[in-house]
Amino acid sequence: MAKITLDNLAHSYYPNPKSEDDFALKELNHVWADGEAYALLGSSGCGKSTLLNIISGLLHPSQGRILFDGVDVTNASTADRNIAQVFQFPVVYDTMTVRANLAFPLKNRGASPQYIAQRVQEIGAMIGMEAELDKRARGLTADAKQKISLGRGMVREDVNALLFDEPLTVIDPHMKWELRTQLKSLHHEFGHTMIYVTHDQTEALTFADKVVVMYDGRVVQIGTPEELFNKPEHTFVGYFIGSPGMNVIPATVSGTTATVHGTQVQLDQGYGDLSGKVELGIRPEFVTLTETDGLPVQVRRVEDVGRHKIVRAELFGKEINILAEEGQSISPDMNRIAFDPSRINVYVNDWLKTGKAA
Amino acid sequence: MEKTLNQKAWFLVLPVLVLVAFSAVIPLMTVVNYSVQDTFGNNQFFWAGLEWFEDMLHSERMWDALGRQVMFSAIILTIQVPLGVFIALNMPKSGFWSSFCLVMMSLPLLIPWNVVGTIWQIFGRVDIGLLGYTLDALGIPYNYTQNTIAAWATIIVMDVWHWTSLVALLAFAGLKSIPDAYYQAAKIDQASRFAIFRYIELPKMMGVLMIAILLRFMDSFMIYTEPFVVTGGGPGNATTLLSIDLVKMALGQFDLGPAAAFSIMYYLVILLISWVFYTVMTTIEKKEG
Repeated sequence: MAKITLDNLAHSYYPNPKSEDDFALKELNHVWADGEAYALLGSSGCGKSTLLNIISGLLHPSQGRILFDGVDVTNASTADRNIAQVFQFPVVYDTMTVRANLAFPLKNRGASPQYIAQRVQEIGAMIGMEAELDKRARGLTADAKQKISLGRGMVREDVNALLFDEPLTVIDPHMKWELRTQLKSLHHEFGHTMIYVTHDQTEALTFADKVVVMYDGRVVQIGTPEELFNKPEHTFVGYFIGSPGMNVIPATVSGTTATVHGTQVQLDQGYGDLSGKVELGIRPEFVTLTETDGLPVQVRRVEDVGRHKIVRAELFGKEINILAEEGQSISPDMNRIAFDPSRINVYVNDWLKTGKAA
Repeated sequence: MEKTLNQKAWFLVLPVLVLVAFSAVIPLMTVVNYSVQDTFGNNQFFWAGLEWFEDMLHSERMWDALGRQVMFSAIILTIQVPLGVFIALNMPKSGFWSSFCLVMMSLPLLIPWNVVGTIWQIFGRVDIGLLGYTLDALGIPYNYTQNTIAAWATIIVMDVWHWTSLVALLAFAGLKSIPDAYYQAAKIDQASRFAIFRYIELPKMMGVLMIAILLRFMDSFMIYTEPFVVTGGGPGNATTLLSIDLVKMALGQFDLGPAAAFSIMYYLVILLISWVFYTVMTTIEKKEG
């Protein structure tokens, strides 16, 4: 268990990166607190796996340092870092039994046979494969194999950190939920530092204490699920988290008033005069469909998902989503929308702008 | 609905039957025909039954040739398979040098058998060959026309030179199919180099290696041209392998009956050993799995 510090870290897959665009992982300073569970969330190709492989030592960063509890491990091998990592696709040693698979990392580190036997039994129970311990790994299904990989990742108790690279992609939904719960309880029990890479927001939000959102090789926000929902620091976070994501509306802002295509929208904070690409971000949850006043919209369709209704509408030619209560009736005359002023976020060039209380 | 009975469809398989008949059945049956008859010339044949087969089974000459043949195949397999795997493991995995190695290694495979024989025949000559002359100058007794060990060493080294690439290429293809994640996981698990080979690389190569072993066995067991060009079966009968002996018998002595019986048994032996190989290897694979 260790505190992991990333100092000025960046990585490019090109030998001589010229511009910032050549970097798969842009310059990054961050401290992963000891014993916390983090989720690394982002769309495919945003640098999540690169970051993970740098932490585990499979990849050497182009620049910067990695410190474990203040000790520089940038040049240390994976083995020296004492890290466990689980990959997206199951990696099992085909010719070994499930038991031998689970024992392998311990055996390679010279643990005593009694300890190995006891630990393997524990892990076997944890992943629900006690009955299959003496089977060969080859004939098993993909999710059984992935459970073995997970088990192999968790079998060492003294690891500095546990890294998961989208480990539940191949596992069926019901088992997914169960394994995730187990990972969480494991975290509570042993307090390992855990980093969990995923592109699934539900997975990230349910697993982690803190979610790290990455976009285009950059960490755009680190926060609790609540912070990510209420105050997305980047339009991507707003769009990526939430279902449907945050609405982003081009506007001009002056003081406490925003103007969208000539219609004024009241804000509850003052921003002064903003220049650059100014946008309002508002979650569908805080948009109400009305008959009387607000911005004019054209409703395209209504999707009833059971708990609520999602109204897909068009605002000056751009799509906007509105969440309506399940019981609320939607009439053809409702072609205006109102925003909850306290829930409007203002973005300049995609980044959140904090206003002053008006 | 009632099926219409129409036997004319049989005509559709006729072309295949004709082709197979001319390419395989008729030549093979000619051999069978010779093997059960005897002749004193003038194209007059007499029924001989299984006499030739009995003769052959008691022929010391054939058993000696078979012994030499088995030894040859065994030696080249024990050299070529581990060597090929070793080369594949140490080849660059990608980039220019990988392609370069692949091309260089494929070259021996492209050379016709009798050219390979000629190359080594000249290469090994004590008077003008680079290898033979050098060894002789170094004071090492080497003369494949007179020394049994030298003759065997020459044809074995020649076969290794000619065919190890095939094993290496197949093994390399097997290695290339292993996803990176396996090596990364092994690093995380702190597996030793040997453990990586034993538990990741070897199991993944098993399938292609099986094919490599089978191909190399069949080819080496039927080998004729190369050793014939180099040693002609000599010195004495020291390198007279089965097919060389067979040609001597059939075309040299014109003993058609015994030669035919010989070739049928030769064919059955190859079939039998290949079958045993295949069965054993698939059971091993199943057990591993």
